[in-house]
Amino acid sequence: MISLRDAVLSYGDRTLWRLDLDVEAGEFLVVVGSNGSGKTSLLKVLLGLRRLSSGTVTVNGRPPRRGSDIVGYVPQHRAVVPHTPLRARDLVRLGIDGHRWGLPLPRSRPRSGARHRVEAVLRDVGAETFADVPLDLLSGGELQRVRVAQALATDPRLLLCDEPLLSLDAEHQRIVAELVDRRRREHGTTVVFVTHELDPVLPLADRVLDVGAAVVS
Amino acid sequence: MNWHEIINFEDYGALLALVQNSIIAGAVLGLVGGLAGTFVIMRDLAFAVHGISELSFAGAAAALLFGASVAGGSIAGALVAAALIGVLGSRARDRGSVIGVLMPFGLGLGVLFLSLYEGRAANKFGLLTGQIVAIDTPRLSWLLATSAAVLVCLAVMWRPLSFASLDPHVAAARGVPVRLLSPAFMLVLGLAVAVSVQVVGALLVLALICTPAAAAVRVSASPVVVPLLSAALATVSVVGGILLSVGSSIPVSPYVTTISFTLYGVCRAVGAVRKRRGWTTRRPSPRLDTVRSPGAL
Repeated sequence: MISLRDAVLSYGDRTLWRLDLDVEAGEFLVVVGSNGSGKTSLLKVLLGLRRLSSGTVTVNGRPPRRGSDIVGYVPQHRAVVPHTPLRARDLVRLGIDGHRWGLPLPRSRPRSGARHRVEAVLRDVGAETFADVPLDLLSGGELQRVRVAQALATDPRLLLCDEPLLSLDAEHQRIVAELVDRRRREHGTTVVFVTHELDPVLPLADRVLDVGAAVVS
Repeated sequence: MNWHEIINFEDYGALLALVQNSIIAGAVLGLVGGLAGTFVIMRDLAFAVHGISELSFAGAAAALLFGASVAGGSIAGALVAAALIGVLGSRARDRGSVIGVLMPFGLGLGVLFLSLYEGRAANKFGLLTGQIVAIDTPRLSWLLATSAAVLVCLAVMWRPLSFASLDPHVAAARGVPVRLLSPAFMLVLGLAVAVSVQVVGALLVLALICTPAAAAVRVSASPVVVPLLSAALATVSVVGGILLSVGSSIPVSPYVTTISFTLYGVCRAVGAVRKRRGWTTRRPSPRLDTVRSPGAL
């Protein structure tokens, strides 16, 4: 699913990492490393938002492309600006067509499946009970479940998670990590999970990559 | 004090005909202010709106002094301010201080130009506090054209801008040109502010671009209802303000700000009731940590 060959990322003179790595379909790869070691940069490379300094990278056999439907992205928890006029289901919907120009007119789109898709992924992460609650009234754990649903909305084959457990309590860390893992088990989705919190994901991980040391174990 | 100066409906019909242009302008401005305001709330840009309006005022005052088009001057000032805030204050943390620096400078320049200006005093005062009779037909055309440009831009960027305002990182990952959208919206906001300055005045632009949207988000979180309600509230405030001020010798802005503030108060009260009635409560549910059986996907 992912292949990095002699992949080097550097800022000026400083080399962040040098990687040779293959990640199989359905693999759960946990990425750790100290702050500034280039964990998030690795995800940006895989998202097509950053170029390698040298070497090659492919995702699903091709160079990464911005906004690809086969890649889902779960960000770290950030609070929403108070009174943002969006509900949980709207956040998921943005994951489907939020990148398209124009107005979000209801039922004007030929892709009429979008609404059902939103319902389905919300149900799948157990968020249907708060689907209509404004985003700024959701708890941190609830918001992260909805963000997982958003990442799953395009039915991705690769899920990139950028510290999604940060600032969640232990209970919700476990729930969010298990949601990601369940998706992997049921659909063979590849997972790259960047985290500082190893405990909730270690039982789920196939391999752990320490980018700082660039060691795969 | 004479109440007839504040509300006086004698010869109302005849007066109304004189401000027909202003009423059209007010209705369009309500639409522009209400819709742009939705993003001002989402992106936390209320202070930026105020900063832009002060520089827009400076531009209009310079135009007045040098005999150029006041509309053109206010647009130029607003675009310069929007560009400066967009470039120097691209990070939210810097933005406040950049605006805090620009705002008094703009206001100072404006006061300088006005004190050098020797024309009618009403022209001077109008830039700060609004004027309704000054909208002649060429100026109305300017205003309508600029407003149309703002509305078209907003319509085109609406969805990706919502996405980028909510979650810039996720939006970028999904392919939204976040770095382009943010300054682009600042410029659109600059235009919206510039047209508003010409009717409600530089000091009171927020009553049009911030208050209605801030009121709307109190009663709804629907991405469809909020912009529509915000535009409706803004239009009611401006057109209502103009209709009330027609019979008086007082500028239009106190009427607009009073209506808009009252509507905000009402929306807050309704929102508080709505919250208590269970906006936050969840539908009866399985326990939060229930992991459901395979299926839906």
